[in-house]
Amino acid sequence: MIKKMNHPAWFFTPYVILFVTFIIVPVIMAIVLSFTYFNTIETPEYIGLRNYIELITRDEIFMQYVLPNTIKFAFIVGPVGYMMSFLLAWMLAQIPHRQRTILAIILYSPSMTAGIAMGVVWTVLFSGDSTGYLNSLLLNWGLVTEPIQFLTSPDYLMNIMIVVSLWGSMGVGFLAMLAGILNIDKTLYEAAYVDGLKNRWQEIFYITIPSMKPQMLFGAVMAVVGTFQVGAIGVQLSGANPTPQYAGQLMVNHIEDFGFIRYLMGYASAVSVVLLIMIYGISKVTWSMLGERD
Amino acid sequence: MASFQGMKINPQRYHKSQFKFYLVLIPMAIFVALPIIFIVSHAFKPSNELFAYPPRFFVRMPTLKNFTDLFQLASESGIPFSKYLFNSVMVTSIGVFLSVLITALAAYSMSKLKFKGKKVLFEINTLALMFVPIAVTIPRYITIAQLGLIDNYFVLVLPLIAMPVGLFLVKQFIDQTPNELIESAKIDGASEMEIFLKIIVPIIAPALATVGILSFQLIWNDVIGSTLYINDESMKTLAFYFSTLASRTGNTIAGQGVMAAASLISFVPNIVIFIFLQGKVMNTMAHSGIK
Repeated sequence: MIKKMNHPAWFFTPYVILFVTFIIVPVIMAIVLSFTYFNTIETPEYIGLRNYIELITRDEIFMQYVLPNTIKFAFIVGPVGYMMSFLLAWMLAQIPHRQRTILAIILYSPSMTAGIAMGVVWTVLFSGDSTGYLNSLLLNWGLVTEPIQFLTSPDYLMNIMIVVSLWGSMGVGFLAMLAGILNIDKTLYEAAYVDGLKNRWQEIFYITIPSMKPQMLFGAVMAVVGTFQVGAIGVQLSGANPTPQYAGQLMVNHIEDFGFIRYLMGYASAVSVVLLIMIYGISKVTWSMLGERD
Repeated sequence: MASFQGMKINPQRYHKSQFKFYLVLIPMAIFVALPIIFIVSHAFKPSNELFAYPPRFFVRMPTLKNFTDLFQLASESGIPFSKYLFNSVMVTSIGVFLSVLITALAAYSMSKLKFKGKKVLFEINTLALMFVPIAVTIPRYITIAQLGLIDNYFVLVLPLIAMPVGLFLVKQFIDQTPNELIESAKIDGASEMEIFLKIIVPIIAPALATVGILSFQLIWNDVIGSTLYINDESMKTLAFYFSTLASRTGNTIAGQGVMAAASLISFVPNIVIFIFLQGKVMNTMAHSGIK
């Protein structure tokens, strides 16, 4: 039978079926449901743009907390994580192989922990009583007189979320950029120095980055997606959805709140669509900032 | 040429000019590793050390108590720990195998075969790199319910098998293999499937290892499948059991030891596999660019 398998359909059909069923169909369904009122029991009822209008004009929590939180979180974690990945990869590329491998594995390891598994670390480190490690240290050094409620206080939750997310931001994109830097043709550097390249910064901007633009783009997309995907972290850290005073509420949590807690599926879908559009838009902007592909 | 720096990429040995990089990299690695070292240390702490004030970072009298408690806790709820472990191992093995196979097949067709809509398909896949699964949790649930897959063992893997990143990476990798190899095999009368199995698969092994790692991480750590699509407690996975520990142990300090043990168990397979295959991953990533 293998001897007769020539048609391309043998190859792409399984992937395409799964891809369409679990990625394309849900995305289309989210778009369709976003124009309906759907409480999971009755059949969805078409209500036009009302969910979107409500989201923008009536949903104070969304406009006041969720959207600003998401933007703040994404605009810090995304670019900082991305630059950190690039700079660390760039430094790693300039040390010998064995040391590089060990350090790269360590730096990559948090992204394997998938958030939830590490929950206990953060709850213990930032615990709100004196048994929390950070509080214990601060008390010991006399910097505070009573323990700070890191995880339940709106003042701290967002910042801790940012630190925790940055901790895990050296993922697939980081590995891609590291491989990209290592693969740059060395003669390019030689030629550039002959042509009058003067220092390290020029080298990064005129040779390194342009030569690995494809990997830079890949890394950027991974950074954008990764940033929006770790949304569950605030709920996990504070142990509540909604998070205390909505301090750590991101769009992903808002979707869950309306979808699985209040069963307003149509409305939750509208938030999903807005989120997907945001990710798409930000990725596009990033691409054009890094220079158009082709 | 004193200013010439470029040759310092991928150096053979240590030179004092590299010192400044270590100055950044080593503290960074320590900062990153601390929470993981903490988990290891915490998992082996006896209860008096878990309760100790001031808290101590490193364990002094290591014990396996947290691990036995973790196993015990599962049996108390009616499902033995081994059942969760078995489910996880089964689901992950099946999932990784299918994911690698299906991705490789599709990537070959996208790279070397000619068919209508190929370009569009790959464009959509590249677009889907930006796809965030948690954004469509609800419609995905509805789709799965409509297909009658609720409480079906395969629902734990099916939604995770088609990975746009995986297809993307493997396709880029196959693009590098010369067409002459394929052409000469064709002249010898080999079918496309034979060429794929006998010539392409061995060449793209590093890329397949990478897909394997990525899908391993995805499936082994997945909690959504067991939480939403499976009602039968005896079919749920280890990752799910671990995610319920906080409520089972009532979030007590003694529970933290158990949770640390659980985190360690879920983390170790990830890192071990990655360490073994990291060379292949780096090899694949070299071709990862979006062109």
